[in-house]
Amino acid sequence: MKYFRLFGAFLRVSVMSELAYRVNFFWQLFQSILSLVVSLIGLAVIFSYTSTLGGWHPSEILVLVGVYFLVGGVIGLIIQPSMEQFIESVRDGTLDFTLTKPADTQLIVSIKQADIWRLIDILLGLGVLVTALIWMGEKVGIWQAGLFILMFIAGAIIVYSFLLILATLSFWFVRVENILVIFQSIYEAGRWPVSLYPGWLRYGLTFVIPIAFATTIPAEALTARLNWETLLGAVGLAVGLLAVSRLFWRIGLRRYSGTSA
Amino acid sequence: MKALAELYIQQFKTTLAMMFQYRASLFIWMIGQVLEPLVYLIVWSVVSQTSGGSVGGYTTGDLAAYFIVLMLVNQFTYTWIMYEFEYRVRQGTLSFALLKPVHPIHSDIADNVSSKLITLPIMILIAAGLAVIFHASISPAPWSVALFIPVLLLAFFIRFSLEWTLALAAFWTTRVGAINQTYFVLLLFLSGQIAPLALLPSPVQFVAGILPFRWMIGFPVELLLGRLTLAETLTGLGAQFAWLLISLVLLRIVWRAGVRIYSAVGA
Repeated sequence: MKYFRLFGAFLRVSVMSELAYRVNFFWQLFQSILSLVVSLIGLAVIFSYTSTLGGWHPSEILVLVGVYFLVGGVIGLIIQPSMEQFIESVRDGTLDFTLTKPADTQLIVSIKQADIWRLIDILLGLGVLVTALIWMGEKVGIWQAGLFILMFIAGAIIVYSFLLILATLSFWFVRVENILVIFQSIYEAGRWPVSLYPGWLRYGLTFVIPIAFATTIPAEALTARLNWETLLGAVGLAVGLLAVSRLFWRIGLRRYSGTSA
Repeated sequence: MKALAELYIQQFKTTLAMMFQYRASLFIWMIGQVLEPLVYLIVWSVVSQTSGGSVGGYTTGDLAAYFIVLMLVNQFTYTWIMYEFEYRVRQGTLSFALLKPVHPIHSDIADNVSSKLITLPIMILIAAGLAVIFHASISPAPWSVALFIPVLLLAFFIRFSLEWTLALAAFWTTRVGAINQTYFVLLLFLSGQIAPLALLPSPVQFVAGILPFRWMIGFPVELLLGRLTLAETLTGLGAQFAWLLISLVLLRIVWRAGVRIYSAVGA
């Protein structure tokens, strides 16, 4: 409960400081809409030559596009900015201040910074998702919706843990901010179902950089493609990675020496 | 002339040293350059396979070759001047460049060419690997290979002078991001990066033929793939010369107007 209040407080600070730069709202709106338009025109061109793409119907690919924006928005809203700030604070030593706070440092670090304009991506993603589901008709039941929420949460946890592990590398190597940029540019590949990609790339996008769990698998849940193995695998990986990231955090923190030390 | 040659050599050394300093950024930027064409390659291959081995006259192997050559052409003609110019104007570092006795575009060209001397061999290796993995099929006529080099050079100069001119928007507004993004989206569709232009609706193809984008990327790719007749190639060369002329005139006009309103910090 305390952490929800904390999260609310951090979010309020982000909102207040960002409201001073209201033009950024229009900038983000412009970028998000442009990115969506690129996606939609690309799909229109592709589906003018085929009726299914790797077994996915246009409406199902649209579900994936919605998930892509939704998950991308969540990553961009909280995870990415918080991790950036955390890496920066290890480098310049301001993590000292966070360490003295009477709450779990990993948690504070993970929710501290928010890029509130990325809410636009979340709303846009939800809009696309709803449109796609209406287009698909009554094929989506409560069961699929429940699985989707479960897979969405598992995906978010997996991405969070993965990025946190990478970010804790800053305790050893200091300059790792580029890792987040690499992740962001590879996330683009999540616009398409990973089943399209040839074996080596599919494995890479599933197990090396877990983008499949972020976009394809939640979309599979909504389009009745999810099998039990994937479901259990995703939940298992989410729990496992969360534990591993905690371990990395603890070992890494021991190496942190601060500014004045 | 001798002074210019010296400038180019010196810039080459500087760029080289910088690139070794920022290896990580180089790596990240390369992921982006490879990933985008790779994803479209895969998506179109899947489309081609589901529709019996070819789409709109492109077989699966042709599509692989198309996107791999596209990756190289895009790499060869790529510029990053828009990001840099905004910084120069905002920070006022442009003032130093203006004091020098040569036009600042020269050091930008030298910088661009030098960094490509380093990155191009790596990209060619990646392209060769991808060509093997995806069974790219390419069998151009000797004349189209011979014409490819001048066409590619023209494409580079058109793109360089157009993007350099576009970068000058930084003189008038501090928010060049929106302009750049719009430009990149147009470039994406109309230069043939999401699909060979022949696969787009014919009104789009018509527009793409008039605008400069096709002549900066799609045209050299189609030429090397042997998809153009000699007549089409010569018409294309004409279009390239026309756009080179237009872009150089634009560059001159916009640069003069821009420098006049530029007021650096402290001036």
